[in-house]
Amino acid sequence: MNVLLDNLALFREGFLGTLWLTIVSALLAVVLGLVIAGFRVSPVPPLRIFGTLWVNVLRNTPLTLLFLVAFFVVPKVLFPGINSFVLAVCACGFYTSSFVAEAVRSGINTVPMGQAEAARAIGMTFTQTMRIVVLPQATRTVVPPLSSIFIALTKNTAIAGAFDNVDLFNVSKTLSNDGYDIAVIFIWITLGYLVITYAINGLFRLLENRLEVAR
Amino acid sequence: MSEVSVTKDAGGPESATDKLVVLDNINKHFGALHVLQDIDLTIARGEVVVVIGPSGSGKSTLCRTINRLETVDSGSITIDGRPLPAEGKELAKHRADVGMVFQSFNLFAHKTVLENVTLGQIKVRKADKQAAEEKARALLDRVGVGNQADKYPAQLSGGQQQRVAIARALAMDPKVMLFDEPTSALDPEMINEVLEVMQQLARDGMTMVVVTHEMGFARSAANRVVFMADGRIVEEATPEQFFSNPRSDRAKDFLSKILHH
Repeated sequence: MNVLLDNLALFREGFLGTLWLTIVSALLAVVLGLVIAGFRVSPVPPLRIFGTLWVNVLRNTPLTLLFLVAFFVVPKVLFPGINSFVLAVCACGFYTSSFVAEAVRSGINTVPMGQAEAARAIGMTFTQTMRIVVLPQATRTVVPPLSSIFIALTKNTAIAGAFDNVDLFNVSKTLSNDGYDIAVIFIWITLGYLVITYAINGLFRLLENRLEVAR
Repeated sequence: MSEVSVTKDAGGPESATDKLVVLDNINKHFGALHVLQDIDLTIARGEVVVVIGPSGSGKSTLCRTINRLETVDSGSITIDGRPLPAEGKELAKHRADVGMVFQSFNLFAHKTVLENVTLGQIKVRKADKQAAEEKARALLDRVGVGNQADKYPAQLSGGQQQRVAIARALAMDPKVMLFDEPTSALDPEMINEVLEVMQQLARDGMTMVVVTHEMGFARSAANRVVFMADGRIVEEATPEQFFSNPRSDRAKDFLSKILHH
């Protein structure tokens, strides 16, 4: 009768699946997002074009479509036998990286031009200028939109549940097939998502406060 | 007008024939505006060149082309015998040898004063942290802000910030220093403290290109005055000649407007 207690192990597996997908995709998205944002403001035209293409293609494609490509094209054409977790992380991570890149770029634009000029004038390379002078000052502006992006990512990972990954959404399907009351399943599943999204919320609030003290 | 008087080094720069900065036939457009027109300018080692002229005449742009913060459309720029490289690592190396002081200071807002002065030494010159700090403290003392080392730029007055900016540029041991209207954003009472540091630098034999509206500084510290108007160099002369007996009508007109009130 009790969905949660009867299937505690499955729920835990689903929760950890969603958590793990979110964390790994978020890390990938941040790394890629920083690089792509750098490309978009770089003095080298081919890099700028690549960055713009990356953002526009990934941001404007439905995530489900990316998953279809990742699961039905990539294994056939490029990497046969690649595991479904890696594919899901790539789809979510690449997709989210385009949003991260734009958030970072908006942060970069808030740093006065003179800061980068001064850095270049003492002989810093483009990468040094970004890493040492511009990005640290952009961080404060980037943190609030990033928390929204990661919360969206958490919910987007549900699509991975439909593609052969065990996560909360996948668990809900399994249990509903087993005949449990769908409304009760959803309450517990929702709670699982809320735990993660509120954790992200809190983490970023902490980060914001920390950054405020620093200046 | 600030009156900081200084006796010029009589024989020095005039006798030095060593060309440090050579601009040859520089042209640059901002859209339809031809902001630099056929600029030829040679600056000898140890020389102090002051560039003056009405606003919009291209003097700041000229200053910024020397370390390629502005690109040029045509012409060549040579520094210490080497042509200015294109964007990339080579250019960064080149910029480290050219000190730049901005109108709006542009100190790194998230770094302390001391870090502002050590950053270039450590990251660009790969100096040891200890040595960089010692040098930074010596330079900050030299420009008179040694006791502010641990503050953030926003906690300093404009004059102090600009002197830190000079120290930051000097920390790279530049061959030439560019000053892009260094006192234009300062309160009148802070202008002199910055000009005094610049006077001292000039006396110590630093090669300097100074874009300024401070005629007192031009008169007392410059070896040569370059007068620009409408993207061209209209007149080049010693300060005495220029201020007492300008040749061109454009310069006469400019001086009559700024000196007679």
